[in-house]
Amino acid sequence: MTSMQSQAQYVLRTVEERGVRFVQLWFTDVLGRHKAFHVTPAELEDALDQGMTFDGSAIDGFSRTTESDLLARPDLSTFQLLPWYAKGAGVARVFCDIVNIDGTVFDGCPRQQLRRVLDGARAQGYNFFVAPEIEYFYFDDLDPTATPVPIDHGSYFDLLPDDTGSQLRRQTVLTLEEMGIGVEHAQHEDAPGQHEIDLRYTDALTMADTVMTLRYVVKELARQSGVSASFMPKPLVGVQGSGMHTHVSLWRDEKNAFIGERTYGLSDLANKFIAGLVRHAPEITAVTNQWVNSYKRLVPGVEAPVGAEWARYDAAALVRIPSVKPGRMDSTRVEYRSPDAAANPYLAFAVILAAGLRGVMGNYDLPKEGKRVAPLPQSLGDALKLMEKSTLLEETLGSHLVEWFLRNKRAEWDGYRAQVTAFELERYLPLL
Amino acid sequence: MSIDVVLCVPSCDGPVRKAFDVTGVTPAIAASARLNEIAALEPTDGFSGAVINAAALPFSEAMSLCRQLRQRERGVGPIILLLDHYQLDDLTFREDLFDDFVVGPYDVSELATRLRHRLRRAGNESVAPRIEHAELSMNLETYQASIAGRVMDLTYMEYELLRFLATNPNRVFTRATLLSRVWGYEYYGGARTVDVHVRRLRAKLGEEYAHLIQTVRSVGYKFGTSSEFLDQRAGE
Repeated sequence: MTSMQSQAQYVLRTVEERGVRFVQLWFTDVLGRHKAFHVTPAELEDALDQGMTFDGSAIDGFSRTTESDLLARPDLSTFQLLPWYAKGAGVARVFCDIVNIDGTVFDGCPRQQLRRVLDGARAQGYNFFVAPEIEYFYFDDLDPTATPVPIDHGSYFDLLPDDTGSQLRRQTVLTLEEMGIGVEHAQHEDAPGQHEIDLRYTDALTMADTVMTLRYVVKELARQSGVSASFMPKPLVGVQGSGMHTHVSLWRDEKNAFIGERTYGLSDLANKFIAGLVRHAPEITAVTNQWVNSYKRLVPGVEAPVGAEWARYDAAALVRIPSVKPGRMDSTRVEYRSPDAAANPYLAFAVILAAGLRGVMGNYDLPKEGKRVAPLPQSLGDALKLMEKSTLLEETLGSHLVEWFLRNKRAEWDGYRAQVTAFELERYLPLL
Repeated sequence: MSIDVVLCVPSCDGPVRKAFDVTGVTPAIAASARLNEIAALEPTDGFSGAVINAAALPFSEAMSLCRQLRQRERGVGPIILLLDHYQLDDLTFREDLFDDFVVGPYDVSELATRLRHRLRRAGNESVAPRIEHAELSMNLETYQASIAGRVMDLTYMEYELLRFLATNPNRVFTRATLLSRVWGYEYYGGARTVDVHVRRLRAKLGEEYAHLIQTVRSVGYKFGTSSEFLDQRAGE
C-alpha cells in the first residue's frame, strides 16, 4: 500500500472511530484569509480521492479570465481533530492545496507557492526553518465604529492576578499543544490587552499551516469566552502594534548552516543571507506588511523597524542576531522583525527565504552593523511601487499572483487615500 | 447448558431463520441498530453471538453497530456479518469489527456451519493487535492511541512515529533511521523533521507522559518508561 493510501485509511478510520461529524477542508486565499469547505464523513472519501471542485472566482486572488473551476486537494498529513468540539460530535481539519482541474499546480495557491520556493532551496541542499513570535490583542469586541477596548491594562511580562486575558492565553497554549503545536513561551506584551505566543521552529510549510491554525484557535477561544482577538497590526494609537518577528535558519546536511567563525558565531552563508534580507527588504515589505494599517506599526519610537539594517541588539533593527546560549549552538538564527501577524504566512515565509537566498547566490557583501541601507516603505502605496519593480517577487511568486496582488492592493490604497481622517478633522477644521 | 441466544439485526427470516433453527439457537431480533433496543432483548447471561445483516441496513450503520457492540463492556460474543457481494471491498480495514461474514444469496447449511463454528470457538475470541506500554495503549487496527485512558488525536505521521518507537521500546534510534523507517520519503526539513514530530508527540502526550519519548543526547530518541528515564537523568 502506498503512503497516500495508508494515510487515507488512517484518516477515514479515525473519522469513524472518533465519531467525527464534519471535516473542514482548509485553504488560504492570496491575502492570507482562512477559507474552508465543510464535508460530512460520507463525502470525505470522495474529497480525499478526487478533491473538491469549487468556483475560484469567488475567492480573492483565485480568479482568472478563462477557467474559474479549481480543485482543493487535501494534504492528508495535516489531518487533525479540533480539540474544542464535544466527544462524539467531532470536527477535524485538513489543509488543502489548490490545483487546476487537470491536476497542475494553480499559481494563485499560496501554499504551493511556498512549496515551490522550498523545493528550490532544497535543490540547492538547504532546508529552511522558521519560528515566529505572534502578537495580538484581546478586545471587548470588534465594533469597527468605535476605538477598541483592551480587556486588561497589563504591560510587558506583567504577572497579573488571573485575568481573562491570561486565562485565555494559557488555554490557547494548551489547546495548541494538544494539536501538536509546540509553544516556546507565551507572555503578556507591552500594551494593554496585548499577548504574544512564540512558536517552536518547524519547516516553513508546517509553520505557515501552524500560523493559520494559531490565528483560528486564538480567535475561536476568545469568541467562546465572550471577547474578541485581533491580529490587526496597529489597532491602538500610542501603543505598540502586533508583529510577527520571524526567526529563520538554513540547514544543510543536517547541520545548522548559519553557525560559523564570523562575528557573533555566524557563518559566511549567514552573512550573505542577512545581506540578502537587508538589500531586498524594501521590495518584499508589500508582502510581509500587506495592509494600509501595517505601516502604522512601522513607525519610529515603538521598537518597530523603519529601515533596512541589521544589528545584534538594537530592538528597532530590521534584522537581529539573537544571542545563543552556550551549548545551544544549533539555535543559531536570524530574526526578521518587520512582518506582522496579518500577513499571509505562506507568502511571507516564501519571500523572506527568497530574499536571503538571493544574498547567498549573489555573494552579497554584508553591510556594516547598524548601517541603514535603505528606508522601509512608509505606506502601502510606497510598498506597492517597490513591489511593481521587483524581479525577485516576480520570480518568487509568479506573475499571476503578483499582478493580482498589485491590483487588489492598489484598490485598497486608493480607497484609503480618498478618506478624510479624524486626524485631519481635528487638526485642520478649526484652523483652516 | 442454557439455550444460546443470538442477537439478530434487523431481521431473521428466510434462510437466516432456517440456519438458526438448524443450529438450535434462539434469535433475539432487534429491528433497528439502536443499542437500547438491543439491551432490552439481552438475556441475563448475555448474548452468545450476533448476526448483523449489513445488506439490510445502511452499511455505515451496520459498521457503527459492530463497533458499539465491540466497545460494550459486556461482549456479545462472535459477530457474523451478512453482506451483499458489492460490499466486500468496504470491509477492508474493518476486519476487527466482525469475526466472520457470509455473502448473499445465503446458503442455509453454510450459514448454520459458520454459526456453529463461531459459537463453539467463542471464549477464545481474537483480540485486536495492540501495543501496551506503561500508560500508552495503541490499537493497531483502529489506529487509535490513548495515554492513561485519554485518546490522543494524532496526525498520521505522529501515529506512525509513536507506533514505531513503542514497538521497539528501549532501543535508541538515530534521526536518520527514524526518517527512513517511519517516513520513508523525502520531507521538508530532513532529520530535524523528526525533532519537530517528537515535540508534537510530547505535547500531545501531555506534560506527565512526555518523558515516554526520551532524547538520547547526540544520538537520537528512544521510547521508555518513566523510571528508566529517571535513572538516565540521574546519570546525566
